[in-house]
Amino acid sequence: MSTLTRSYHVVIKPHQKWLYFDWRGLVQYRDLLFLLVRRDFISRYKQTVLGPAWFIVSPVITTLVYTVIFSRALGISTAGVPPVLFYLSGLMGWTYFSTVISTTATTFTASANLFGKVYFPRVVVPFALGMSHCITFAIQLTTFLVVLTMHEFSGRVDISLENVIAGLALTPFLLLHLALLGLGVGLTLSSVTAKYRDIQHLVPTLINLWMFASPVIYPTRRVPENLAWITELNPVAPVIEAFRHLYLGTPTMSLSAYAGSALFAVLLFTFGVLSFQRTARTVADIV
Amino acid sequence: MAQPIISIHNVSKQYRLGKIGMSSLRDELQRWWERRREAAMPPGMKPERPQNFWALRDVSFEVEPGQVVGLIGRNGAGKSTLLKILSRITEPSKGEIHLRGRLASLLEVGTGFHPELSGRENIFLNGAVLGMTKAEIRRKFDEIVEFSEVAKFLDTPVKRYSSGMYVRLAFAIAAHLEPEILIVDEVLAVGDAEFQRKCIAKMESLRKTEGRTILFVSHNAEVVSRLCTHCVFMERGQVKSFGPTAEIIAQYHGHKHGLRRPGEWIELNTLPRTGTGRATFHRVRFRNSSAANGSSDAQKIYSHSRLNVDLEVMANEAFTAHSLAVTIFSPSGIKLMNYDTVSTGDLVRLRPGLNRFQLHTDELPLNAGNYTVGFWLESHRGAPPVDWIESAFQIEVSSPPDTDVWKKPLSDGHVVSSFQLRPVDESLGQLAS
Repeated sequence: MSTLTRSYHVVIKPHQKWLYFDWRGLVQYRDLLFLLVRRDFISRYKQTVLGPAWFIVSPVITTLVYTVIFSRALGISTAGVPPVLFYLSGLMGWTYFSTVISTTATTFTASANLFGKVYFPRVVVPFALGMSHCITFAIQLTTFLVVLTMHEFSGRVDISLENVIAGLALTPFLLLHLALLGLGVGLTLSSVTAKYRDIQHLVPTLINLWMFASPVIYPTRRVPENLAWITELNPVAPVIEAFRHLYLGTPTMSLSAYAGSALFAVLLFTFGVLSFQRTARTVADIV
Repeated sequence: MAQPIISIHNVSKQYRLGKIGMSSLRDELQRWWERRREAAMPPGMKPERPQNFWALRDVSFEVEPGQVVGLIGRNGAGKSTLLKILSRITEPSKGEIHLRGRLASLLEVGTGFHPELSGRENIFLNGAVLGMTKAEIRRKFDEIVEFSEVAKFLDTPVKRYSSGMYVRLAFAIAAHLEPEILIVDEVLAVGDAEFQRKCIAKMESLRKTEGRTILFVSHNAEVVSRLCTHCVFMERGQVKSFGPTAEIIAQYHGHKHGLRRPGEWIELNTLPRTGTGRATFHRVRFRNSSAANGSSDAQKIYSHSRLNVDLEVMANEAFTAHSLAVTIFSPSGIKLMNYDTVSTGDLVRLRPGLNRFQLHTDELPLNAGNYTVGFWLESHRGAPPVDWIESAFQIEVSSPPDTDVWKKPLSDGHVVSSFQLRPVDESLGQLAS
């Protein structure tokens, strides 16, 4: 006869309050979280020719295209560093942010089948996506460092080792910052796309526009005065510039911009998680 | 006194009708516009539009630990909705539920299976989705593989599995969960007879050896009778009754097929039948005593007791038939008794018009329960039947009033016979007296 080691009591009732986060559930299902991370990462390259190499090839190709178009053809400044390094460093952070949004914004519709058949804390799915994209980020960071080293040896750039090490130490915090922003946007959007399917078609456009508003292909310093407010208000902008600054020494944005972005990230993430959880309780009825 | 492991209090669930969720902003605006127009219309001109639908209404019952509760009812009764709410997949609109044990549900086989991953990887993934920790899964891994019989294919992606392998693996994982409460929703309908037998055996062992509480939805009355200690009968979102299995099953079948009482004449003219029509079964009455109008006790057919059946047949012409039969079937359609004149060797001589027959047996060897009755008339071997009603109505056989219900085994067969089961005295080499 099974005996309960502690008295277990769960009450199911309607209209629970907003401010409720299932911490215990998340801890209980931590194995699922890691298994999903693994599943997401592996399924992305299964049965492809290049396999995991895709994670390197993709940003490299993009960088080369940007170099040719934006730097060579259009002559957009790259803050005094070689264009390849400029774009690669910007792309690392931006790719992480944009893929987190695009994969989590449709959580409810994409996992409708799973959510309709079994219970587990629903946030596990977007959290797992946020984590599996970190692996991609790590691969792209490594690629960047390799290219950086090549440039160092060929003398085209002069980077000190201490800077790089400091950069590596601070990268996890920047990544966390981006994760909070990306998940915040994705979780908020997923509550909307669950009910209104057509919104999910706006997401790629949204991401595209956001990229142009971010200093991925241009340095912030070069933005004309009347448009500077866009990059000032863009919460992603300070983080991207920070990445570049850490490894390449390019100028950063102001500290207040960064602090504002960090605060916004925390608030947006909190809001996203709460609205996600609230939608999750009855989403099986509307998806 | 132990508290109930599941307490359901006045749970109701409302759904909105019409296009749900698949709306776009455009649809919402359209509907809003239509609503405004309707509000402006004079009353009486407004179109009727059912907006809401109550899938569950004031459902309340309690389940004690260790019970196996069957949830029965027609399709659309609200069984799956109730399970979804218990599994926390959706919220109730009203009411509350108290769970005092961990709950795992199997609402579909293979939930969370990823087609690209191998069987081995999916065991871990599916197990984790269902609530197991990695350590638990590792511990039970070999048992799961053995139960599912897919050992050879463990490292192949599951998209290559046959549907049978898929279902076996999925059930194997779910069957080895360790929750205090297990909920199973009609998943046994998938899979062949062999697989179903295995699953039922496994659930029986869960109940007996581990004292789990199981909530089980099925349309198969035999399985429910065999596995479940109690049943909940639902209809149109409400609980019609809740109690020990035997009672509830009787009600459910009476509800479905037309349970008839002894002592009254039952019309057979309008029932679906096949046959040449040279003669037809007209009406029938069954009772337990020889007296035509008995006391109130004559209203019941008792197990192991007398049964009398008065049968009237209308014939269009005079002829002789070799087989006139009253057949009794179990709820699942197994033929139990066939009272056929062929066995006694009597020929049936029919005159034009009304013919009366009486079937009599001193001891009906059937246990208490509901049974289906059918009728058959055939003129000679191999000819198409003259009249054949396969499933006319149901009758209820009751336990004789003096039997001690508590002494009977929980799951008795349909047929009874007298017997002795005693130990053999080794030294004497014969049955000990």
